[in-house]
Amino acid sequence: MNWQLLPQFLASGLLAGGPIALMALGLVLIFKSSYIFNFAQGQLLLIGALITWWFAVEAGLPLWLAILLALAISAMLGLAIERLALRPMTGQPLLSIILMTLGLSQALQGLALLLFGGSQRNFPQIFSAANPYRLTLPLTYQGNPMVIILKQNLVWSFVVAILGVLIIGGFFRYTRMGLAMRGASEDHELAQSIGLRIHRIFGLSWALAAVVATTGGVLLATSSGLDLSLSIIVLAAFPAVLLGGLESIPGTIVGGLLIGLSQGVVAASRVQMVRNAAEIMPYVVLLLVLLIRPEGLFGQKRIERI
Amino acid sequence: MAVLRPAGEFDTSYARDMATIRRGWQWLLLFAFLLGLYALPAYASQSTVALVNRIGITIIAVQGLSILTGFSGQISLGQAAFMTTGGYISALLVNELGWPFLFALPAAGLGAGLVGLLFGLPSLRVKGFYLVMATLAAQFIIPWFTRNAFPSLLNGAQGLNVQVPVLFGLEFNTPQRYLYLTLSVLILTTIAAYNLSRSRLGRAMIAIRDNDLAAEVLGINLFRYKLQAFFLAAVYAGLAGSLAAHQLRHINSETFNLTDSILFMGMLVIGGLGSNLGPIFGSIVVEMIIEAATVLGPVLAAFLPAGAVGGVQALRPLFFGTALMLFLIFEPRGLAYRWTLIKAAWRLRPFSY
Repeated sequence: MNWQLLPQFLASGLLAGGPIALMALGLVLIFKSSYIFNFAQGQLLLIGALITWWFAVEAGLPLWLAILLALAISAMLGLAIERLALRPMTGQPLLSIILMTLGLSQALQGLALLLFGGSQRNFPQIFSAANPYRLTLPLTYQGNPMVIILKQNLVWSFVVAILGVLIIGGFFRYTRMGLAMRGASEDHELAQSIGLRIHRIFGLSWALAAVVATTGGVLLATSSGLDLSLSIIVLAAFPAVLLGGLESIPGTIVGGLLIGLSQGVVAASRVQMVRNAAEIMPYVVLLLVLLIRPEGLFGQKRIERI
Repeated sequence: MAVLRPAGEFDTSYARDMATIRRGWQWLLLFAFLLGLYALPAYASQSTVALVNRIGITIIAVQGLSILTGFSGQISLGQAAFMTTGGYISALLVNELGWPFLFALPAAGLGAGLVGLLFGLPSLRVKGFYLVMATLAAQFIIPWFTRNAFPSLLNGAQGLNVQVPVLFGLEFNTPQRYLYLTLSVLILTTIAAYNLSRSRLGRAMIAIRDNDLAAEVLGINLFRYKLQAFFLAAVYAGLAGSLAAHQLRHINSETFNLTDSILFMGMLVIGGLGSNLGPIFGSIVVEMIIEAATVLGPVLAAFLPAGAVGGVQALRPLFFGTALMLFLIFEPRGLAYRWTLIKAAWRLRPFSY
């Protein structure tokens, strides 16, 4: 362990967990209402970020307007995906639905490359990169004070991500629409029989998920640049979702932060091989979760009957 | 689709009842078809032969996935990782220990199978997309292992150079020669897959796929059969990986990646789940779609911001993803089902039912 830098790595890992939590939120949103696990979430994020970039840089609009337009477009994209791709899948077996979202992810990835090209682009900076926050901890290690340096954009991404999760959590808990969504996920037929319009609910949840994805895409693009590999960040969010529990909104924060933290801990090691393990750490955690507690920390345990 | 036979054709012996290929002319057609394939280098261009090679290797991998997903219902996104395992094992056996390829190939299958067993263990506790996640973990952990473990042996991210396979004094150094190798292995794996699906093991797997709780109540040992399915799927992947690595003469952690795993899954669904023809149809169709993207990419490049190389890279996932989605919506039972419908319609002609 590199004790001197451990607090730094822990803090960075925790901050990296913010966007992961936001991605996980998008996945849980769709899962909670329609019982579909969306493998195309990363591509939604990528396309949202690319649309924002196009409006802000190519079209020269102010950034806030570009983000608003991108959010609107991605909401429509989410609605379209639900209508065209997922609605015909209603009542199909799980494998078909999983493959549908996998096929969607491939098609969207191809589309993004086709329309925007594969080059690395500069995304407009929202937060200043020059003045990182410095925190001096009241701890010393071998006489040196422990200092944490945090980049502004990471901190603010984290704050926005956590805010997003809280807002969506409140939406599910306190609004009629959110309650309707939760009801729809419990039993599609039952929900329909008591007068919930489940197609509208599914559409709305996809639109919301696409909006959340775009927010995540913009946040990630400001801190790490924008190219087509942005979509693979979602691969760290899958384990976060399972860790938190597939149906749990608070679980996304906890899962995302724990995944980020686990990467931070591993990255603080002095051994090269353990340090390199940071990239697969989410999946090691995932295997442990599956073996020890498959329903996740806050998920519901389902009992099956024949 | 139940067995539809022309009127007046009856089975007069048990052997005939068990037969997969029922009539003389069917044997004749099969042999003619295989002869045509083996003679391919005589009349087809080198690129065609290379394409057939690639399709053959892909079919082997998808057949393995068909055992696991099509027959046992366990969804896996880790098939490419087991190909990586097989490729590395046979490369190491041939390079470091000097094993002949004849032994390295089955050893690659076996080794990949054992690794597959390991990653199949979560299937005992979880199913559905929880299992997808577990196999996805294999897809990340195995390539990471080849990149980081034993750098002196596995050579990190650069990977290994793999020798040209030599069998019975014959060097398989051109696509034309390699075709014989691929086809021979493919025939063996196809025969094995056909017979597996109607054996006790295959029926137990189908029972698990249709309802695992009910199967367990019937006395089918879930633990054993699920692990056997994972083992067999990984053996097929290991064979395919070994063949592919020796053909490419190089393997690294990215040779077979997540996209390949998704492709295999798509091929299986496009071909048809739970059918032995499915992997064959699906692999051929999807490889053709990808080939179309490779041809069209440079043509369309003039109109695209992505450029020629980017055009190919963009069109491949776009075509494949779109085809997969269309199949799921309009033909969810795949091409194999369509094929049985066509056969039935032909046999019943001129009556439609």
